[in-house]
Amino acid sequence: MLGRILQLLLKEFLQLKRDKSARLRLLIPPMIQMVLFGYAATFEVFDVSTVILDLDRSQESRALIDAFVHSSRFRIAVPAASEREVRDAVETSDAQVGLVIPPGFAELLRKGRTAPIQALVDGTNSNTALIALGYVGQIAGSFSQDYARDLAQRTGRLQGKPMVSVILRERYWYNPNLNSRWFFVPGVIGTLALITIVNLCAFAIVREREVGTLEQILVTPIRPVEFIIGKTLPFFLIGLMEVAIVASVGMLWFRVPFRGNPFVLLLGTCLFLLAALAIGLLISTVCTTQQQAFSSNFFVLNPLFILSGFSFPIASMPPALQYFTYIDPLRYYLVIIRATFLKGVGIEALWHQMLALAIIAFVLLAAAVLRFRKSLD
Amino acid sequence: MNGAARIVVDRLVKRFGDFTALDGVSFEVAPGEIMGFLGPNGAGKSTLIRILCGLLHPSQGRAQVAGIDVAKDPEAVRTRIGYMSQKFSLYNDLSVVENLRFFGGIYGVGRERIDARVTEAVSMAGLSGREDTLVANLAGGWKQRLALGAAILHRPPVLFLDEPTSGVDPESRRRFWDLIHTLGGEGISVLVSTHYMDEAEYCHRIALISGGRLAALGTPRDIKRLGKEAGAEAAEPTMEDAFVALVGQAQGGRAAA
Repeated sequence: MLGRILQLLLKEFLQLKRDKSARLRLLIPPMIQMVLFGYAATFEVFDVSTVILDLDRSQESRALIDAFVHSSRFRIAVPAASEREVRDAVETSDAQVGLVIPPGFAELLRKGRTAPIQALVDGTNSNTALIALGYVGQIAGSFSQDYARDLAQRTGRLQGKPMVSVILRERYWYNPNLNSRWFFVPGVIGTLALITIVNLCAFAIVREREVGTLEQILVTPIRPVEFIIGKTLPFFLIGLMEVAIVASVGMLWFRVPFRGNPFVLLLGTCLFLLAALAIGLLISTVCTTQQQAFSSNFFVLNPLFILSGFSFPIASMPPALQYFTYIDPLRYYLVIIRATFLKGVGIEALWHQMLALAIIAFVLLAAAVLRFRKSLD
Repeated sequence: MNGAARIVVDRLVKRFGDFTALDGVSFEVAPGEIMGFLGPNGAGKSTLIRILCGLLHPSQGRAQVAGIDVAKDPEAVRTRIGYMSQKFSLYNDLSVVENLRFFGGIYGVGRERIDARVTEAVSMAGLSGREDTLVANLAGGWKQRLALGAAILHRPPVLFLDEPTSGVDPESRRRFWDLIHTLGGEGISVLVSTHYMDEAEYCHRIALISGGRLAALGTPRDIKRLGKEAGAEAAEPTMEDAFVALVGQAQGGRAAA
């Protein structure tokens, strides 16, 4: 039994050694994806193009505009002379945010009264819109606090009543600067491993089926289980290597900290790769051509990605969809990999995820072996 | 025939859903005998071979290969057979020797014997001196002989060849059949399916299969005689005449029944 598995292993690596393009396919695309995600994927909002219409033209209104200019969040793109111009700028996408300071702004402030300003936000990208609006609120809020304190001092508390206020002191744990790269990079590692391994595994077996070598091997004394082990073990090893390489890039190049125990991550990775191999194997049992395998992979991998919580919070999904996330191995692996990277927690905090992954891997593998035997008939 | 038969097929039936691919086929093959399977496409030749290799389960009936029931212990059967299919099935991206070593290893040929067997297979295929050539770069006839060499690395008592010569030039086919006869002379039972009438003449006996049934069984001379009885018009019917007449009779008989 061991001898036959070893022969298959040897053959797989020999074929891989010979296939230069396959080796490149294993290394280059994950690197590119990693770099792309590392640089391009960010939730942070900087330099929102903004148009400001100042109808008050007072010292106060200019101070408020200065606060926006100095915040690095907003870039004053176009000066506007009328409300119409503000609307046009947002409509033509020259600006994403339009701010209008109405006449009488300073007068209200000086009397210690509430002074409204108007913000028009382009809502087509709802994510950016929301974040930008948050910044507008923050800047306006701190401006008014400063102004009130100032006014109270100048007028001996006649104007600008001493303010009673609740001050929020935020502290973000694990990622104090809310660096979204720290959030994305570990997730990319898991996603890339899933895509690579499912593809490799499905294609390798379907190719043998297509060419006819599968049939040739099956008339030898090899047992289906031996064939599956010999055929998938190389991809398991490749998967481990790939996770290690991509993780190194994340740590060394993108400076994402790794605070946890590498062995906890290794355990999680092994369970996760088993589940991924089983998915690839299952796909290979329903496909007879590589063409079919290609479209099936896309069909399976896309939902796994979306339901994993990679970028869309699972808690915000409708309940029916949330149930589906429970059978998505990537969901659990993302928790494990993010927690080991950023939180540095150990197995005691992650055993739920490990157990779930182990169950998924076992069920999928069992199904794959059964289906594989059946598909031969 | 007797208990010494290498292959015993007894009222074998194989159904795929509503379709009956094999409908009560019985025959035996002796050691060293070369038995040809002749029949139109879809007659059930490949199904029969796949059952005998333990790749498919029979629906009814019994089949024994080298003394082992194929339904009960297909894995034991597979250690005692060689198989080569119409689809060329060596690895194109491995060299001649790498392919042979791989299949030898899978068949469990011991380390002390593998070198000699590989050398033998290489020279049998006429590939001495080209051991490190990638199989992808070999011409059809060489590939065929190499695949045959790979199928007998473990010296099986039974060899199945499923249309082994389709798409090969006549000279290569002739050389291939010389090899088959050499193997038969060594006592290996060979079961070979073919489309080529001239190849049928090279077999010791022929089983003519049509519509999942055995339409005729006998030596090439028997088959031609049966063909004449079935209405072949020529005074000296060729194998092709006999084939057409017998298949026509079998199909006509079924249509009438």
